[in-house]
Amino acid sequence: MELLSGADMLIRSLQDEGIEYIYGYPGGAALHIYDALFRQDKVKHILVRHEQAAVHMADGYARATGKPGTVLVTSGPGATNTITGIATAFMDSIPMVVLCGQVASTLIGEDAFQETDMMGVSRPVVKHNLSVRHPEEIPEIIRKAYYIAATGRPGPVVVDIPKDMTTPNERYEYLYPKKVKLRSYNPAIRGHAGQIKKAVDMMLAAKRPIIYAGGGVILGKASDLLTELVRMLGYPITNTLMGIGCYPASDKQHLGWLGMHGTYEANMAMHHSDLILCVGARFDDRVTNATEKFCPGARIIHIDIDPASISKTVDADVPIVGPVDAVLKEMLSLVRESKEKPDSDAIASWWKQIDEWRAFHGMRYETSPDVIKPQEVIEMLCRLTNGEAFVASDVGQHQMFAAQYYKFDKPNRWINSGGLGTMGFGLPAAMGVKLTHPDDEVLCITGEGSIQMNIQELSTCKQYNLPVKIINLNNQALGMVKQWQDMNYESRHAESYMESLPDFIKLAESYGHRGVRIEKKEDLETKLKEVLAMKDDLVFVDIYVDRFEHVYPMQVARGAMKDMWLSKTERV
Amino acid sequence: MRRIISVLLENEPGALSRVVGLFSQRNYNIETLTVAPTEDESLSRLTVTTSGSDKVIEQITKQLNKLIEVVKLVDLTEGAHIERELMLVKLKATGSQRAEIKRTVDIFRGQIVDVTSSVYTVQLAGDSDKLDGFIQAVGTSGVLEVVRSGVSGIARGEKVLSL
Ligand SMILES: Cc1ncc(C[n+]2csc(CCOP(=O)(O)OP(=O)(O)O)c2C)c(N)n1
Ligand SMILES: [Mg+2]
Repeated sequence: MELLSGADMLIRSLQDEGIEYIYGYPGGAALHIYDALFRQDKVKHILVRHEQAAVHMADGYARATGKPGTVLVTSGPGATNTITGIATAFMDSIPMVVLCGQVASTLIGEDAFQETDMMGVSRPVVKHNLSVRHPEEIPEIIRKAYYIAATGRPGPVVVDIPKDMTTPNERYEYLYPKKVKLRSYNPAIRGHAGQIKKAVDMMLAAKRPIIYAGGGVILGKASDLLTELVRMLGYPITNTLMGIGCYPASDKQHLGWLGMHGTYEANMAMHHSDLILCVGARFDDRVTNATEKFCPGARIIHIDIDPASISKTVDADVPIVGPVDAVLKEMLSLVRESKEKPDSDAIASWWKQIDEWRAFHGMRYETSPDVIKPQEVIEMLCRLTNGEAFVASDVGQHQMFAAQYYKFDKPNRWINSGGLGTMGFGLPAAMGVKLTHPDDEVLCITGEGSIQMNIQELSTCKQYNLPVKIINLNNQALGMVKQWQDMNYESRHAESYMESLPDFIKLAESYGHRGVRIEKKEDLETKLKEVLAMKDDLVFVDIYVDRFEHVYPMQVARGAMKDMWLSKTERV
Repeated sequence: MRRIISVLLENEPGALSRVVGLFSQRNYNIETLTVAPTEDESLSRLTVTTSGSDKVIEQITKQLNKLIEVVKLVDLTEGAHIERELMLVKLKATGSQRAEIKRTVDIFRGQIVDVTSSVYTVQLAGDSDKLDGFIQAVGTSGVLEVVRSGVSGIARGEKVLSL
């Protein structure tokens, strides 16, 4: 058996785990580890410019590939800088492992230089955290960390590594465990057969059914199964913001996404349904609006790997705990074998009703001859990239427009911070995607507010040649905040304007990239085409869009799902 | 409704803080909390009394179960169970009070475990209501100090909480 130092064991464990990239930033407590990293070339390290960005990069990678991301930072400020990124991943159940240096175990508790209780600080925003108490434990801890991060309901796992656990000249036997077993952690591997049968009977008897799918379908790699089931049944499907791409958006059974800024038809169909099949979603407040008014006539089947998600906010009539793929597979074979068939008359009139709703709003927006509308930028991008780009978004109005008007037919391509809503997520997430998808188009849709929260990463993009296209929908305001102020505070725009914006073109150029400004509507298409043709360059596209636009539909606060604003003046 | 939830927890540093953190993070209420290692030294047994609607209690048990270090748990209040709490009380005991207190302690089947010329220290075990009853009976004016262990509980009959 080989003898290795703690630091070498750590890196070897990452190699044995099959980790290709780690994103990080060095510092005192992590230096033994960085030295071990230097002496090998299997695991590649990406040096970011701020630790938060390292976590978002790992996150973007994980969302696009379905594999856990990996981060390495030092103790104290390095570790605390990761917290927003970890919380972002936690809220969206993204698998990742964050390796944090720590002061030597002999110094812990003494307020040593760059000491922070990272176990304590991270505890509320991790799936789990582990601390190394002896160097020999490192391989097992790393194996456990990835196992916990990637199985069951995925999530971030922090590993705290005191510096004396990685001392170079203390060597131990290295053996990477093939398997880990945790007596206290056994995620479900299949759903309850009786419950699944009951659910299928209800589904086949429904008159106004709807499928409500969430990010769990993407995380559970069950998009194909879901698509097959939905097509077989012929029922309408809507998905959450996190579920975008789990079912092809261009398919006629797809009603768009639901909730606060969901489509009119999706929200109406939910409200008037008699049966909701929820697959890997969690009835979050941005979906349900007021829970006491939520879908009064609907019975609810809820499939989720996490029992705690079931009946948390809205009670389920038929709870099914299990991995979505296994459960959907069983449902498919039951539907196929069943003598009962969907009630075709009822379903036909349900579709007639839905098509009326669809025709009524249809995601229309007002265009103008001279002002560029943010919606039309997205529609154009979708057309120019054949709907096949990876789109990493920041947070704000531009995020909602991107989600509404870019039509995703495939999973893992829409990359956004849905649960935490973290401004600053977009650029590093896009970088994480581009790194492993060099031949795909990767767009970062952002706003002039959000982009400035991690703009320093332009430097990282230069170092590693990451030619993402940054689409800055520049409305010269914290648009989403301003929209709320317009609607709820009589247009008192408290601190929602951005004064003294930088010249983004020069800024991009100073980092060694290209910049293109688009101010005139007639230039939009030509310039976007030019930008997309610059395959090898990062291009910062600063597009001056309508400063007064709002995102619609928008659910009326504390109302039912069906209560929406459809434009600045129409309320239903 | 008041509930007694008994948890088998990996006996590891930080495990307890996860349980306590969960309660404050999600705005659940903790009335009492006791924890100690079991005969299997890799496990701790933790008992928490809490209250909330059925929906909240369901969430509490699910969220507890989700913690990686929670091995098993049971809501003892769902079945017949025994609950015990230990209390130590210092009481002012001078003159005629001394005999009076002694009588009350006997009625409650407590013991006087330490004596000075002016103070009795009483030990009492029972369910929480009984301990409350004792304090009421002796009257709060004579109470100098109270320390309660928090509730421990176990199911009646053959049912056991073990691996
Ligand atoms: C880190 C962080 N701080 C504050 C917010 C609150 N917030 C949500 S949207 C928004 C405005 C975003 O502005 P911009 O990036 O320009 O996007 P726009 O809405 O204008 O398209 C703010 C401040 C947030 N989501 N994240
Ligand atoms: Mg803006």
